[in-house]
Amino acid sequence: MIRVELPSHLRTLARVTGEVQLEVPAPVTQRSILDALEAKYPTLCGTIRDHATKQRRPFIRFFACSEDFSHESIDAPVPDPVARGVEPFLVVGAIAGG
Amino acid sequence: MSNVRVLVGTRKGAFILESDGKREKWNVTGPHFPGWELYHVKGSPADPNRLYASQSTGWHGQVIQRSNDGGKTWEPVSNKFAYDGVTGTHQWYDGTPHPWEFKRVWHLEPSLKDPDTVYAGIEDAAIFRSTDAGQNWHELKGLREHGSGPRWQPGAGGLCLHTILLDPVDPKRIFIAISAAGAFRTDDGGETWRPINKGLHSEYIPEATADVGHCVHRIAMHPSRPKVLFMQKHWDVMRSDDAGDSWKEVSGNLPTDFGFVIDVHSHEPETIYVVPITSDQFHFPPDGKLRVYRSRSGGNEWEPLEKGLPQKDCYVNVLRDAMAVDSLDSCGIYFGTTGGQVYASKDAGDNWAPIVRDLPAVLSVEVQTLA
Repeated sequence: MIRVELPSHLRTLARVTGEVQLEVPAPVTQRSILDALEAKYPTLCGTIRDHATKQRRPFIRFFACSEDFSHESIDAPVPDPVARGVEPFLVVGAIAGG
Repeated sequence: MSNVRVLVGTRKGAFILESDGKREKWNVTGPHFPGWELYHVKGSPADPNRLYASQSTGWHGQVIQRSNDGGKTWEPVSNKFAYDGVTGTHQWYDGTPHPWEFKRVWHLEPSLKDPDTVYAGIEDAAIFRSTDAGQNWHELKGLREHGSGPRWQPGAGGLCLHTILLDPVDPKRIFIAISAAGAFRTDDGGETWRPINKGLHSEYIPEATADVGHCVHRIAMHPSRPKVLFMQKHWDVMRSDDAGDSWKEVSGNLPTDFGFVIDVHSHEPETIYVVPITSDQFHFPPDGKLRVYRSRSGGNEWEPLEKGLPQKDCYVNVLRDAMAVDSLDSCGIYFGTTGGQVYASKDAGDNWAPIVRDLPAVLSVEVQTLA
């Protein structure tokens, strides 16, 4: 199971508490995680990435294993600890606003 | 006895204020959707328990919420606003072409007859319609494609479609307004549109009397006279007696004719209200005195209404969607400020009192008069 941690606003919107767990077929990539996340929680569509272009929203970042993967290819495999469910995939709202 | 429900959208959530017909004691619930910007919350005239809310943040974009129980519970519906066809460009602030991009929903206007039909005015300017209670949205692209779109330019708040007026007599007639493109009308249910800006004069655009490019801030109509429209333009208060085919200025003796809101008394179609704001450079009331101005003659002659409103050191603004009226006798007038107060008058503006005063900045106020 893939573990995904959402920012508080999106947990509220999806009506979940704590981490989300997803079945994601290998190879596990950012795209496949987000596809699975939106399939399970359709209310999150458009709130992390654009409906049409699938581009990450500007103030959203993706972290895993203490590294920022926001600018990695969305089709690149995520780190092995994330794929094995040892580490969570973090969807983070950027600290912005002054 | 009738009840009143006031729907307040703020920078950090929505609030619902309820009172009985005396309008003396108010019960405040909220924040709904705390931390999100609520540009607009509005109820269906056909089913007052059906509410729609536009919720957004810079982080997560747009969400549309729907309630079927008067705001006690909510469920998110579709937030997919996809322009229909090739969007092309409008003008950017510097006059260069800029691609049309969806940013947010400014205004939701439920149908007068069908609670499942609702219109959305969005930024970058376009109008969408849902006929399934928000599950799917479809653009009425005749507006964006009517021909002048490449010349539309955003106002300071963005290229936003902020006003939607549905004609209660002719169901195929809709009025909309865009900052800073102007006012438009359809007479065929949204298939085709035309600008209705004749008579507007805007010195801040290259051609002061152009067919488009005017920064219309708000339009209001009394349901008994849908051909009579009142407009608060960036500068100037305007009136049309022919459904927008022509406009004349009715600013009269206002201390300043800059402002955002305008509304009409629910029982007196010639009684209108504005809140004069100093200027486009100073978005606060003149002399630190918050005053509503009322005209009982459809414009030109205005009287200040100040009883109960702060007359010293007040530097709030009243944004374009932040005034509404109830339909009780006598008519109640409500408006919200960027300082977080919602003021109400239960005697058509003679006396005012805050019904809540420490909310986040108020973006919109709507009122439902409930049987």
